Amino acid sequence: MKGFSVSKAVTALMLAGLLLLPLYSYLSGNIFILTLFTRIVILALAAASLNLIMGFGGMMSFGHAAYLGIGGYAVGMLAQEGVGSGFIQFPVALAASAIYALVIGALSLRTRGVYFIMITLAFAQMAYYVASGLARYGGDDGLTVYKRSDFSGLINLSNRTQFYYLCLACLFGVIFLIWRIVNSRFGLVVQGLRSNEQRMQAIGFPAKRYQLVCFVISGTMCGLAGALLANNTDFVSPAVMYWTRSGDLMVMVILGGMGTLFGPVVGAVIYLLLEEFLSQITEYWALIMGPLLLLIVLFGRGGIMGLLGRLDRG
Amino acid sequence: MADPLLRVEKLVRRFGGITATDNVSLDVAAGELHAIIGPNGAGKTTLISQLTGHLQPHSGSVSLGGRDITYLPAYRRCALGLARSFQITSLLLDFTAADNVALAAQAHAGHSFRFFANARKEKGLRDAARAALDRVGLLDRADVLVSRLSHGERRQIELAVALASKPKLLLLDEPMAGLGVTESQGMVKLLQELRKEVSIVLVEHDMPAVFALADRISVLVYGRVIASGDPAAIRANEDVKRAYLGDQHVVTHHG
Repeated sequence: MKGFSVSKAVTALMLAGLLLLPLYSYLSGNIFILTLFTRIVILALAAASLNLIMGFGGMMSFGHAAYLGIGGYAVGMLAQEGVGSGFIQFPVALAASAIYALVIGALSLRTRGVYFIMITLAFAQMAYYVASGLARYGGDDGLTVYKRSDFSGLINLSNRTQFYYLCLACLFGVIFLIWRIVNSRFGLVVQGLRSNEQRMQAIGFPAKRYQLVCFVISGTMCGLAGALLANNTDFVSPAVMYWTRSGDLMVMVILGGMGTLFGPVVGAVIYLLLEEFLSQITEYWALIMGPLLLLIVLFGRGGIMGLLGRLDRG
Repeated sequence: MADPLLRVEKLVRRFGGITATDNVSLDVAAGELHAIIGPNGAGKTTLISQLTGHLQPHSGSVSLGGRDITYLPAYRRCALGLARSFQITSLLLDFTAADNVALAAQAHAGHSFRFFANARKEKGLRDAARAALDRVGLLDRADVLVSRLSHGERRQIELAVALASKPKLLLLDEPMAGLGVTESQGMVKLLQELRKEVSIVLVEHDMPAVFALADRISVLVYGRVIASGDPAAIRANEDVKRAYLGDQHVVTHHG
């Protein structure tokens, strides 16, 4: 990294904080904060995956929470059927998410703009109702995961610290991948399509093919978040796929800064911390949260990362 | 005569009750600069869009180098050597000039399902981009965001993007649109150079430029080709004078 900038400093501080959090939790004896941050890290991973299609690819998917459910149900259903190995559960979770993304993407990408938003939303709601109808797997009430994914001694997901670091490693790994993708040939094409689809077709790129692959990559990454989330809560229910959850993910991305590498992480941390603390103060926390988000979106184009970037440029 | 590079036969395109392209046939020989002129609303852009594949004709055919491309999508035509510039500048505004041009080179250098290596460090693509930018005289602006370039510079980038795909045929939709006098002269000079390397279809309002550049001119009025020939013949053609050149002053002074 060349030169100092506020946005880099904030990012570095946040990453260091995330890395050292278990130490703080251990020293202060505050176990709750570790549980809270495990959830934050997992949802940051989901937000980062959404950012790949929404921020970099310009595809406003309003159904991203579906992958949280698909990844989660893959783990939960396999566990219920007696397949406890993470080496099976996680690949199945990723594959199921990828296949869902391929089908949904192939259909949704025939539309643009507001129709794309609506159709991705509609498919996610369908997934929600399908999950609600799975009587064998708890239906509306959801499915308890009695035993966390078993990685045969390699890592113990029931150990809070180990599980936290697994989630953090997944988050960093996904961000690293996104960083490489965004600067690759593929990434430039996808971003070019966001910027001007007609132009990209005129210079010889088949738009849909690239967007679909990007859609699948993003969905697969979010499926990973889903598998982790089911392990974190020891529970998966249709509620994780509800459209408000998709909205939460969108807000995290927009709040942190669309199309920036670490924006979704910043967004997830701030959004979920605010939600946590405001809801402790008052039952009507959404009344405070709403206007706050409005202010940031109205005055901070480019989210928090955008604001920080403007500080850097003076 | 050998097969023409581009052959358009009896092309028809309607919008509701209006026939925007009415039985248009024209040939462009390899190495030729073929200008298409016509008053506003004559259907020039509609015609170009059917050549590039952004619009489908209702009947008729378009072939490139003897191959029927009437119903090929835009990106496939591009792979066959057809490049275009847009009448209204259409670039990736949040990309640098070099990125814009390099992407055009990338489109013609294998597939882009490469996810890991940094594309901005691919020497082949960058060199191609720099060469094309150099060609239009904008090498020193390579790393500037297109949104920060002037209108004239963007028109030049349009050309560089088209060149970077190493086309056989260049479709230029009003490259002089909105340019000042000096900029226009620069563009004419540039096109004089380019025509030595590539066949060009030029749609343009700027009459002095058209008559200075074109080998052949087709005149389009109400979607129909009313005359086609070399500049001298067009100048002498009575139909053209009546239908179009009489308006020339209006067009050049207000357009």
